[in-house]
Order: sequence, then structure tokens, then C-alpha cells
Amino acid sequence: MGFLDLEGVRKVYGANTVVRNFNLSIQRGEFISFLGPSGCGKTTTLRMIAGFEIPSAGTIRIDGRDVTELKPNQRNVGMVFQSYALFPNLTVAENVAFGLKVARRPKDEIARRVAEMLAIVKLPELGDRYPYQLSGGQQQRVALARALAVKPTVLLLDEPLSALDAKIRISLREEIRSLQRELDITTVYVTHDQEEALSMSDRIVVMSDGRVEQIGTPFEVYNYPATRFVASFVGTLNILDARIVDPASGRVVIDGQEVIAGRGVNGAGVGEVRPMALRPEAITLDGGNGDRNRMQGTIEEVAFLGAVVRIRVRFGENAVLLDTFNNPGVAPPPRGSRAEVSFGRDDLLLLQDSAAD
Amino acid sequence: MKTSRLGPWLIILLGAIYFIVPLIATFEFSLRKRRGEYSFDAYRWVFADNRFIESFSYSTFVALVTILVGVVLVVPAAYAVRVRMPRLRPVVEFVTLLPLVIPPIIIVFGYLRLYNSSSWLPMTSSPRATDLLLVFAYATLALPYMYRAVDTGMRSIDARTLTEAAQSLGAGWLTIMLRVILPNVRVALLSGAFLTFAIVIGEFTMASLLDRPAFGPYMQNIGANRAYEPSALAIIAFVVTWACMGLIQLLGRGRRQSVAAA
Ligand SMILES: Nc1ncnc2c1ncn2[C@@H]1O[C@H](COP(=O)(O)OP(=O)(O)OP(=O)(O)O)[C@@H](O)[C@H]1O
Ligand SMILES: [Mg+2]
Repeated sequence: MGFLDLEGVRKVYGANTVVRNFNLSIQRGEFISFLGPSGCGKTTTLRMIAGFEIPSAGTIRIDGRDVTELKPNQRNVGMVFQSYALFPNLTVAENVAFGLKVARRPKDEIARRVAEMLAIVKLPELGDRYPYQLSGGQQQRVALARALAVKPTVLLLDEPLSALDAKIRISLREEIRSLQRELDITTVYVTHDQEEALSMSDRIVVMSDGRVEQIGTPFEVYNYPATRFVASFVGTLNILDARIVDPASGRVVIDGQEVIAGRGVNGAGVGEVRPMALRPEAITLDGGNGDRNRMQGTIEEVAFLGAVVRIRVRFGENAVLLDTFNNPGVAPPPRGSRAEVSFGRDDLLLLQDSAAD
Repeated sequence: MKTSRLGPWLIILLGAIYFIVPLIATFEFSLRKRRGEYSFDAYRWVFADNRFIESFSYSTFVALVTILVGVVLVVPAAYAVRVRMPRLRPVVEFVTLLPLVIPPIIIVFGYLRLYNSSSWLPMTSSPRATDLLLVFAYATLALPYMYRAVDTGMRSIDARTLTEAAQSLGAGWLTIMLRVILPNVRVALLSGAFLTFAIVIGEFTMASLLDRPAFGPYMQNIGANRAYEPSALAIIAFVVTWACMGLIQLLGRGRRQSVAAA
């Protein structure tokens, strides 16, 4: 059992099941991201943890205590909103002090804590300003300070950076992450930006259509996607239809060429056609050395992206994108020419169908 | 460019003439009580009339109580519709519009039937109870304006997210109402309050049929019996109403300025 547990959590609006059978166990101090396309139920799940929505079924526990039906103001869960949600009638310092005042902390303690929090989010000078006098990035820092001032057990952030421009987004996400490490606070971060999730998280929960598709470290989710959905949503990935020849040894046929999936294709039957994943950066435009899969194809497209040249090679029904580094000494191959590509046996992965309910 | 500018200005000018000329005429007439010269005699007469002081203070008091009732009724209702039951919104909007559709005379006859001295709740049998009835009647009349003002205020602050932010910081509903919602809809509330004030001060039908000593019936009475004083009264009522409007502007701006100065 973890610090924050969701067990069989489900949310139904009328006839519409928005979150199905959500199971997750988060360790103390862990940084978890919910990643998925719009409408997949990320916010709804987060709101159930915060207490703004009551699950239709299932249990939510924080630090061993069942909080499933507890009111939001009794959970001590910090929340940061996409729209900042600062109180417009209060100054920055009063905003940060709000939760402490509600908890009736002594005046001098409040003053000390507010100063400390504003220093942590690097806005020590701005305590007397009003929210409308701050930039978006500054407002979100204040919101973060406000949420953290009351020392919540869990910090929840719902797309906190999506209203900011790209440059501030990147610097602020590094700051949030280092702040989270420093305070060692258990954090759930909602985003639909895969780069954000990959760069910040200890573990990522990839969601689609109210379902958990995969839970894993950024490394696992990116390199070993469990389902076709994860493979296509996280990064650019080649998906190839392969006919299974021998599940035990991992032999499969793609467009008439036999290759081997080093990690096996257990669970698939002989003769079945199943989707398999292959990362663009795993493929090289030569035969390579040693035990590699080699396939013959035709160069269909060459896109010069600067440091990287992205090439599409077609085998028949299937095609792959591959990335090679630009080499001033060697011009990229012309379109229409024949080419041999190779990739590691372990890089070819069998994808599971999306988990059923 | 030059000629196309002229059109709008012409319309504004026409509008201004339409409103201002009668006003000036009324004012001019109110000054002519003394034969052959302009004087404030009519005003002096009005201010010296006990019934003016009494009816005006009565109506002011009723207006203040009405505003209080309106605030207590409308703020939680508008808040609930915005934050908790958005699906009820069309129903509530329809209800708040009813007072504009149903003439006051029908409302007041309804009251008289329902609350007459032989009914189960004989509110018209004592003056104090009738005052209360009048307050409720006025709260109903002012409902469309009060509700819209407050609702607009709530929309501009995203009451729902602010509520959730406060909740996640441990606040209960009373704290949220007093520390988050009310301060942020203050200006909207003020404009609703002054509109209510303006309505109550001039209202005739309900006060008259419930036989209360209000300003509206007094104005009517003077209008029927005197020559120059009604004009003076009209100007006074006009000034009071505009002072209310000016106050809305002033208080609304005052807040923003004090914020900017901080
Ligand atoms: N109160 C509600 N009543 C009915 N349906 C709702 C309600 N709230 C959310 N939904 C539905 O639940 C689904 C999931 O919504 P949710 O807000 O959790 O998505 P999300 O993953 O956060 O998406 P986004 O990235 O766009 O924020 C959506 O299809 C939405 O229409
Ligand atoms: Mg969302």
C-alpha cells in the first residue's frame, strides 16, 4: 500500500462512464503525471482525489486514511489550477496567507510562513501586489506558494502551465520539479503534453478514454509502450503489422520478410496478425553488425530537419520512419532508391490491445 | 471619414435633446412659483412639508431593508446556480424575469387576496406586517435587476474555481461566502442595490394599494393638487436617482484606484 491509493475508482455521469476502474498506488514523495488526450478523464480523476467529485465506486486513501467521501476542505490536499484561481480582492501575501488564516494560525507564524513561501517561489518582493499586477507565470508561482503554505499531504496540479508561453513553461516546469524534490511532497500532475510528462515525472499514468493504458517510468513508457495507444501517443513511433510465425522464439513476418522480436511475442497465436512497435531512433540505414534484424525496402521520403534527417522506408504494406544524424560528408539517399535497414531484435515490441474494463 | 463621423454625433445630439429639453423645461417651470421672477419657492415649500420628509424617510428605510432582503436572497441563489446547479439556470433566470412580465398591480392584488385580514396569514391587518409585505413585494420587483447584477459579477470572477481553491485551502462555505465571494461581487452588488433603491423610491402602485405612507403616493398626491411643486419634486427625485448612479460609479472606481495605489 502506498501513500496515496486509488482502488477500483470509477466515475459515471448519467450514462457516460468517464473513469473506469482506476487503480494506482503512489509512494510518498513521488511525482506522478496523468498523461492523455483531451477528455480522457485526467481532470475528473484529479478532482476525485481533491474531493470535488465523489467516485461512483472505489476507494481513495491518503496515508492509510479512507478519504473517498471526505469534503475537500477536510483533506488537506493542495490544488493548483490551470487558470491560477488567485483571489482577486487579496494581495499576493494575503493569498498565500489564506489557508493559514482559515486554520487560525498565530499572526507572527503566518507572516513568517508567507515570507518563506514567497522566497521559495522566488517572488519575495511582490507580497503587496494584487494578482492582476502579475504576469501569468508569476501568478502561477503565487498559486503554488498558496497551495504549499498549508503543508498539504498531497499536491495536485491540473495543467498548471498550459496557459503560459513556451519559454516560461519550460523554466517553470523545472522549478516545480526541483521544488517538489526539495519539499518531498507527493504530487499528481495532469498534462496532455507528453514532453512535460516525460521530463518531470517519476512515473507516468497514460490514460485514454477513462482507462489506464500504462503506468511506468518515463523510460518504460517511452521505450516499452504496453499498448498501441501508448505507442502512438507518446513520441513518434512506427507501428507495423506482423504475422506471428513462432511465438516462443519471437519469429514474425512483416511484408514477407522474417524478423525476430527478441522479447518474444507471448500471448499471440500462430498466424495472427498483431501490431508491433519500433522507435525511429532504433533503426539504422545500414546492415549493422551482429545479431540484428535486417529488412529491404524503398526510400519513400527524405525530410531534412537540420541536425536530424528523417527518412521513410517502405517495405510493402508497412513503412517505417527512421532518424539519422546529418553528416556533411554524406548526402542523404535519393528517393526511390533501394535500401537496407536494420534494428536491434529487442527493439521490436509486441503491443497489447487496450485493456478491457 | 469626416462625414461618417457626423451621423453618430447627430443621433447623440437628438437623443440628448429628447431627454434634456423636458428636464430643462420641468426645472424652469419649477422655478416659476413666484410671479415674474425665478425662485426656489416651490422647493422651499416641498422641503417644509412634513409629509415629504416623512414619506421620503419611510421609503428610504423600506428601500434599505429591501436591499438587505435582496442581498440575502439573491447572492446565495446566484452563487448556487453558478457553482452547484448550473442546470437550474434557465429556470432561475425565468423566475427572476417574472416580475418584469407580471404587472405590479396583479402582484399586489394577489397579495391582498392571499394575506387579507381574514386569510390564514393576515399580514395586512397590522401596519408593521404590511410594511414587511411591502418589503417583500419590492424585493420581488427588484429581483430581475439584483439577480442580473450579481450574476454578472459572479461570471467575471469564475466563482466556481475560486470556491474550489478556497475549499482546497480548508475553507468552509461561510468563509467562502464572506471572504471570497462577497468581496469580489461588491461592485456588482452595489449597482444592484442602487437600482433597487431607485425602484423603491419611485414606486406607486404597491405602496398605494397597500396604503403605506411612501414617497410614490406622496408625489402622486402633490401632482394632483399643486401646480409648481410637482415639478420641483420630479427634479428632486431625479437628482436623488442620479446621485445613486454617480455613487455606483464612484465606489466602483474607488476600489480599483485603491487597488492600483497599493
Ligand atoms: N460534470 C460533468 N458532467 C458530465 N460529464 C462530464 C462532467 N465533467 C466531465 N465530464 C466528461 O468527462 C470526460 C472527461 O473529462 P475530463 O475533464 O476529466 O477530461 P480531461 O482528461 O481533463 O481533458 P482535458 O485535457 O481536455 O482537460 C469528458 O468527456 C467530459 O465531457
Ligand atoms: Mg482537464
